[in-house]
Amino acid sequence: MKDTGLVKIDLIFEKIDVKELLIKAFKMSDEAIVQEVITSGLKGRGGAGFPTGLKWKFAAFEKEQEKYVVCNADEGEPGTFKDREILERVPEKVYAGMAIAGKAIGAKVGIIYLRDEYRYMLPELQSLLDEFHKSIKEIGYDFTLEYRLGSGAYICGEESALFESIEGKRGEPRNKPPFPTVNGVFGKPTVINNVETLVTALMVVKIGGAEYSKMGTPDSPGSKVFSVSGDTPNPGIYELEMGMTVQKFVDEFGDGDTKAVQVGGAAGFCVPRKRFADTIIGFEGVPTGGSMKLFNSTRSMYNVLHNYLDFFVEESCGQCTPCRVGCQQLLKGISLVKKGEIKATYLNDLSKLAETMRLASKCGLGQSVGNAFNSIVDNFREEIVY
Amino acid sequence: MYQLGNLVQELSDKYGRDRASLMPILQCIVKKHNYLTDEAMVEVAKELDLSAAEVYGTASFYSFLDTEERGRFVIRVCRTISCSMKGKEDIMQTLEDLLKIEVGDTTADKQFTLLETNCIGWCHKAPAMLINDMPYTELTEDKVIEIIKEYMQK
Repeated sequence: MKDTGLVKIDLIFEKIDVKELLIKAFKMSDEAIVQEVITSGLKGRGGAGFPTGLKWKFAAFEKEQEKYVVCNADEGEPGTFKDREILERVPEKVYAGMAIAGKAIGAKVGIIYLRDEYRYMLPELQSLLDEFHKSIKEIGYDFTLEYRLGSGAYICGEESALFESIEGKRGEPRNKPPFPTVNGVFGKPTVINNVETLVTALMVVKIGGAEYSKMGTPDSPGSKVFSVSGDTPNPGIYELEMGMTVQKFVDEFGDGDTKAVQVGGAAGFCVPRKRFADTIIGFEGVPTGGSMKLFNSTRSMYNVLHNYLDFFVEESCGQCTPCRVGCQQLLKGISLVKKGEIKATYLNDLSKLAETMRLASKCGLGQSVGNAFNSIVDNFREEIVY
Repeated sequence: MYQLGNLVQELSDKYGRDRASLMPILQCIVKKHNYLTDEAMVEVAKELDLSAAEVYGTASFYSFLDTEERGRFVIRVCRTISCSMKGKEDIMQTLEDLLKIEVGDTTADKQFTLLETNCIGWCHKAPAMLINDMPYTELTEDKVIEIIKEYMQK
């Protein structure tokens, strides 16, 4: 196990000459851009972690005339706020990342799907976008970006639900396959990347894929922006090298009394104190879209789990039964156990239900409810029961 | 209830009449009038050549496309874990006392609607709330009183 320790990085928020970089990318061949991103080993920063370079390669391979680049700015995972910060501080880098992705795959249109909760930023973002359009036209890019807004639905962060929403429909996830690179928004080949992924890909083009992959670990190359909140004296946004242990993280951000860290938000995993030292933050350990929430010993993990399940009951789109009914039953179940109206062994049945949801749900929402549920129930059973 | 006038036609001219225009059109109506009436949804359905059920089905999926009457200022207090840990209940109580309504309700003068919402992305500055589009963070009871008094004068 390689522990990189806690290393602060300044890549995402670094102020760079975006135009110069766009000119450099414009002179590169499409294949060379895709190859740099593949070499970097970059995996999607939204949480799911699909290799970005491969995604671009698949979309580039499609012969369709009409293709799209979509930026997923529907950041809704509890505990994540890094995409808002990126859009607020370096929006031009997001735009540039999209333009380069567009060139690499042969797309002329980009869509940024911004959650309605971030609408207050839109006037500023739109005026910067107008300037950006002028600037890339001068270089020679044939690429246009537009904003689409969400309307308060967590599920629209799921890529195919997001496409449905752009198309003017209920944000209900589609069956996969076909995958977005073949059949994305408006049925066309689409690359959909998280805000941070696009900026990272841009920086990969700047520093080179090989250089980027020197950071982090073989399974989790590079750096990542973390959103730190909960019981910590230093909440906020931090860009860190991938591959540190939870212990190193807690040493830096804990309040001296940290009993658990929820890595990856409500859809992520709860790491208890006894596992801090041997759990790596990254794809080889606990993956995260950036949400890092610390809990100290004054917190009831029952309340935490209850809050997460409330969230999922509300945000499940209701389309598939395992997720819709499963979320409700998990919530009802832990409440009954807590009140002593049913035996504590009922938790074992609920764990099985969570496993069924993982296997049978249509999309990532229902599939990941069990992550938080089982990791909290397994590690803090007594807090759930008593 | 509000008078729609030519709004739906104007928006359809602006955004187009294909299905993908549905969300922007509904969002603009909500921005202007705070919620969607049955009449507004029927009008949009006619303009876009969709069934009214399709329009309602889409609108009712999204928590920010309200189909019930809302006040001029819609307050959405974040109820997700960080805000819940950092005193969201006290903030909600202060708002309820101040506006003399309960969560889910609209004041009699139709100025304020008080709602809860899921994570709005300000966990490091919890507790937080939105009033229409504007986020307010690191809330305290005093701060909430000050903010609401300002809105009362608008």
